[in-house]
Amino acid sequence: MLELIDVSVARGSVPVLEGVSLALGPGEALVLRGPNGSGKTTLLRAVAGLQPALAGRIGGQENVAYAGHADGLKASLSVSENLRFWAAAFGTRDISTALVAYDLSALEVRWAGNLSAGQKRRLGLARLLVTGRPVWVLDEPTVSLDAASVALFAAAVRAHLAQGGAALIATHIDLGLGAEVGVLDVARHRARFPAASGDEAFL
Amino acid sequence: MSLWEYANPVRFIRVTDRVLPVVAASALGCLVVGLVWGFFFTPDDYRQGSTVKIIYLHVPAALMAINAWLMMLVASLIWVVRRHHVSALAARAAAPVGATMTVIALATGAIWGQPMWGTWWAWDPRLTSFLILFLFYLGYMALWEAIENDDSAADLTSILCLVGSVFALLSRYAVNFWNQGLHQGASLSLDKEENVADVFYMPLLVCIAGFVLLFVALVFLRTQTEIRARRMRAILARERMA
Amino acid sequence: MRALLWRDLALAVRAGGGFGLGLAFFLIVTVLVPFGVGPETARLSAIAPGILWIGALLACLLSLDRIFALDFEDGTLDLLATAPLPLEGIVAVKALAHWITTGLPLVAAAPALGIFLSLPGPGYPWLFLSLLIGTPALSVIGTFGAALTVGLKRGGLLLSLLVLPLYVPTLIFGAEAARRGAAGLPVETPLLLLAGVSAGALALLPFAAAAVLRVSLR
Repeated sequence: MLELIDVSVARGSVPVLEGVSLALGPGEALVLRGPNGSGKTTLLRAVAGLQPALAGRIGGQENVAYAGHADGLKASLSVSENLRFWAAAFGTRDISTALVAYDLSALEVRWAGNLSAGQKRRLGLARLLVTGRPVWVLDEPTVSLDAASVALFAAAVRAHLAQGGAALIATHIDLGLGAEVGVLDVARHRARFPAASGDEAFL
Repeated sequence: MSLWEYANPVRFIRVTDRVLPVVAASALGCLVVGLVWGFFFTPDDYRQGSTVKIIYLHVPAALMAINAWLMMLVASLIWVVRRHHVSALAARAAAPVGATMTVIALATGAIWGQPMWGTWWAWDPRLTSFLILFLFYLGYMALWEAIENDDSAADLTSILCLVGSVFALLSRYAVNFWNQGLHQGASLSLDKEENVADVFYMPLLVCIAGFVLLFVALVFLRTQTEIRARRMRAILARERMA
Repeated sequence: MRALLWRDLALAVRAGGGFGLGLAFFLIVTVLVPFGVGPETARLSAIAPGILWIGALLACLLSLDRIFALDFEDGTLDLLATAPLPLEGIVAVKALAHWITTGLPLVAAAPALGIFLSLPGPGYPWLFLSLLIGTPALSVIGTFGAALTVGLKRGGLLLSLLVLPLYVPTLIFGAEAARRGAAGLPVETPLLLLAGVSAGALALLPFAAAAVLRVSLR
């Protein structure tokens, strides 16, 4: 569903990671670990297709639903309007499953601008369910979530995997997804300079 | 050997280092000969008197103002298609030179226009077009300055240059439509009737050659500077990583 | 696509959307002009078509940076780029939304403001028509400029510097059509040229803007 072969990525034309290979099939999840600034976000953005990889091949990009640091919510639209917009953008219709999974039904008519930080985050994650895409690519999804919400999120990921989905998650906390979830430490793939960067011609 | 090998920054610097003194010296030579010849050894025009002699600055500068933009357009296209860094940096290097040429053309035009038309400025199509061209140069340079990432800046300015060229051409025709002007016809053209008289022709050609060589020398020099600045940033980035 | 258009329109008219700001700006510019040039009817009616065109152009410029900046800040633009919509289409819809919320009200208000500037009677339909044809070009050119400056610090001023020279042909043909209309002269030529500029900009610039946006997002 998602396959990376020998991928290198750069942040602002400075290579940060190189030689990253991984593959995710149905029901599989992988957790990315690594210190701040090690290139997790850059890698995930490349996987989502938001920036080109410096080298290597990324397959299955069209399966990806991406959730970054920002939730892409509009303060003056209600919770359900926000979700319905994203459903339409991804060509799906049903938003009730997403509302229920993240316990947002009671907030449906509230403006997103009046939600707390944790509620906004839950709405941002609920967006993944309406995309209908099988591979979730998540960058620090549990930021500003309380323990109960983290449990909701873990349950949603487990359900997604059970339905044959896949997930690539950069996170520092233990989500309790079970022992079969792989871990990839990106620190082992730190790029040595000069890698295949545009700037090597200048050295 | 392919032309593209000069797109390697190191090779570009090595070659231009050797060529630059020659180009600069010939530019200086052509300008001195052309200007002295033009100013002191040609007769005054029977209608315009000695004011006509500003032509030796005005016409070459105006030509280079347009040609510099054309060169940037070509360099931008090369960057978009083949992604050679030297090409993007050369376009960046040419912009201030082109802008300066535009200012020279406008200023000499004003100085020439004052005794001829009795006004420093008129919204004549040619003058207006050059003013608009100057605005395009300003926007292009400002965009380069505003973007931190070098490659993104090269991409965005290239697209701006392509779109800007279309709109600059469009403006040229729009301005013609808007006001028929008092500017005289082209000083140089293949149509013999329109040409300036032969006595002015030769020194003018020498001056134009001087301006072209001057432009090449300045662009080489500035491109070298850009390459070295870029190289310094790359080295600093490597130091930080080590 | 339609969802994006509806969302942009809803955002514009709801609180904090800034709908009507451009219109108010247009009104203020028009009101200020007589203070600058004097109240004589003859002088005002001579410059009315040009002032109204410039006022509409500046009012349009004022709202350009909102086209992408808000979506960029809250991450919507990233997520839209990963959605199964072509970026060219997204850009075109954004330009259309900008035109409906900014351009169209300006077109509708211009004849009313023409009264303040003693626009000659035959000028009204032509002013209206030239703005109707020309403002889509202003929106789509502005969308290209907004895409160039999205995510840049101090992008607002730069946006004006980049966009205003690109507005020159539209302004010349548009104001010329309105002026000839007001003077009772034939207007077909500038109007057709204006339509040509608009059509060309609408056809080509979404592609340039999408290419620019891809670079800006990475």
